[in-house]
Amino acid sequence: MSTQDIPEEENLPAEQGAKDSGEVAVPADPFADPGVPPHELRIQDIDDKAARHSERVVATLFTVSMLATVGFIASFAALSVDKIIYVFPLGHVSALNFALGLCLAVALFSIGAGAVHWARTLMSDHEIVQERHPIEATPEARAQVFKDWQDGVADSSFGRRKLARNTLFGALALVPLSGIVLLRDLGPMPEDKLRHTKWAKGKRLMNQNTMQPLRPEDIPVGSLTFAMPEGMSEHDHDFQNQIAKAALMIVRIKPEDIKDKRSLDWSHHGIVAYSKICTHVGCPISLYEQQTHHVLCPCHQSTFDLADGGRVIFGPAGHALPQLEISVNAQGYLEAKGDFAEPVGPAFWERG
Amino acid sequence: MKKLSARRRHPLAAVVVLLFALAVTGGLYAAFAPADKAKADDSAQSLTIEEGKKLYAVGCATCHGTGGQGSTDGPSLVGVGSAAVDFQVSTGRMPAQQPGAQVPKKKRIYSDADIEKLSAYIASLGPGPVTPTKEQYNPEGADIAKGGELFRTNCAQCHNFTGKGGALSNGKYAPPLDDVDPKQIYEAMQTGPQNMPSFPDTTMPTKEKQDIIAYLGEVNNSDKTSTPGGMELGGLGPVTEGLFGWIFGLGALIVVTIWVAARTAKAKKS
Repeated sequence: MSTQDIPEEENLPAEQGAKDSGEVAVPADPFADPGVPPHELRIQDIDDKAARHSERVVATLFTVSMLATVGFIASFAALSVDKIIYVFPLGHVSALNFALGLCLAVALFSIGAGAVHWARTLMSDHEIVQERHPIEATPEARAQVFKDWQDGVADSSFGRRKLARNTLFGALALVPLSGIVLLRDLGPMPEDKLRHTKWAKGKRLMNQNTMQPLRPEDIPVGSLTFAMPEGMSEHDHDFQNQIAKAALMIVRIKPEDIKDKRSLDWSHHGIVAYSKICTHVGCPISLYEQQTHHVLCPCHQSTFDLADGGRVIFGPAGHALPQLEISVNAQGYLEAKGDFAEPVGPAFWERG
Repeated sequence: MKKLSARRRHPLAAVVVLLFALAVTGGLYAAFAPADKAKADDSAQSLTIEEGKKLYAVGCATCHGTGGQGSTDGPSLVGVGSAAVDFQVSTGRMPAQQPGAQVPKKKRIYSDADIEKLSAYIASLGPGPVTPTKEQYNPEGADIAKGGELFRTNCAQCHNFTGKGGALSNGKYAPPLDDVDPKQIYEAMQTGPQNMPSFPDTTMPTKEKQDIIAYLGEVNNSDKTSTPGGMELGGLGPVTEGLFGWIFGLGALIVVTIWVAARTAKAKKS
């Protein structure tokens, strides 16, 4: 290829045309726009039979959609809500749900498929080029805008009437205060609710299964029991809020296996009571492994060792699991010696 | 008293006194001589224990020690009770194949009769939970809804809401409860096999265990359980549902998109 073949295009750098450099010639603009390929006709454009066939396919799809809608209404009317049928990959499913879902899916899909097939085979497919125009306005329009702006500033006497201008600034600065004052209505703050639960001195531990007070002899080594404080009922208006903090799990560990001195002191012959709320983000944890005495949180795999004061041995939890100090009252029932010593559940800003 | 003493000269008084005396004598004998009686009656029982001991010496003693006292390879079996033996052996977990994080369920190798002998031997080592009777574990007539509540309180944290099982720490896991025999569910709750805590009758009475078994029979029985909402996708919740949506839902959308944008057939090959 000789250098004469290079077209004189203005977007090529001038040096490219240097004839005395002896460099290998660069081919004509490598980024040149190839343009739109020539339009090709579809079978349907030249063969009327094929076009009629396509129309029939589209019409069939729309008809299928109509039938499916009729089927939807018919199955809604005909099928009982509790009829169960066996459908191969799904198993035993409700006949009504299955029919409604299938009919609606077919009705909607057929409309879409028909429309797409119509557009692809029958509607005009001539390529149309839409030219871009420059984003920048013409110099005249730009000059006009700047002039109008300056005229407006002069007319408003914004620079001259300083008193009016400055009071306007003041008014605009003060207006958002109204919104900020309204924020005061948010709240009230939780105060000390996060630090206290329903547990209190002398409250017996009620078995959550039977709602009967627990005795130490009810709880053998290796068992797991859930308890709530005496005096709580599922019908209380704030039951969910209270149980979310007071939920308790009780396990019995051989006293010689308990490594933590305080934990042993707070137990009753190896019966230890721990909060059921993970100290990471408050998931209920009770995946208790009785041989290792570990409790696993299903949310983020925090693991606590109940034989070692609820210490965190794995995972993101930041605090040991709070333990409830328990003893036995005069009637032989397990009772709490007080509330949890620290806030249960996840850490919060003011916890420190 | 007056009335009684007034009748002491009644013609039948002697007969009544005689009967009373006989009853007391018989009662005292029964109270003081049970040992001999037991020996006499339980010869069949002691034979079963003898045979169980032989089976134990062959199949179990390597790990659990010759007298069930346990070793470094297996825990002591004193006081585990016949229910634990029946559960472990009838589910095929025992004898264990190899040490590991957890002994899995596998094909059982002992017959019912052999299990009974082994159970009798282990039960003779120390008192423990007894193999439940049919009246105890039969879920017929139990409260399924209450069972669901109890299951979600006590079991679902490890075994999933419908007993599909789940992972625990360091390779341990809560096994799926699909089609587990009611008797074995009862025994597992009673004895707490491996790392599962136990739920003894003192904290979860027999009635509540039946409710739980009935609930599992309703939601986790391959013949009976229906899923009115469609495919249950393993019953694991949002994880499998999300995966299904991402792969099949988005996959189908991509296929449709490709079809919409594909070149239509041209009259002339180019």
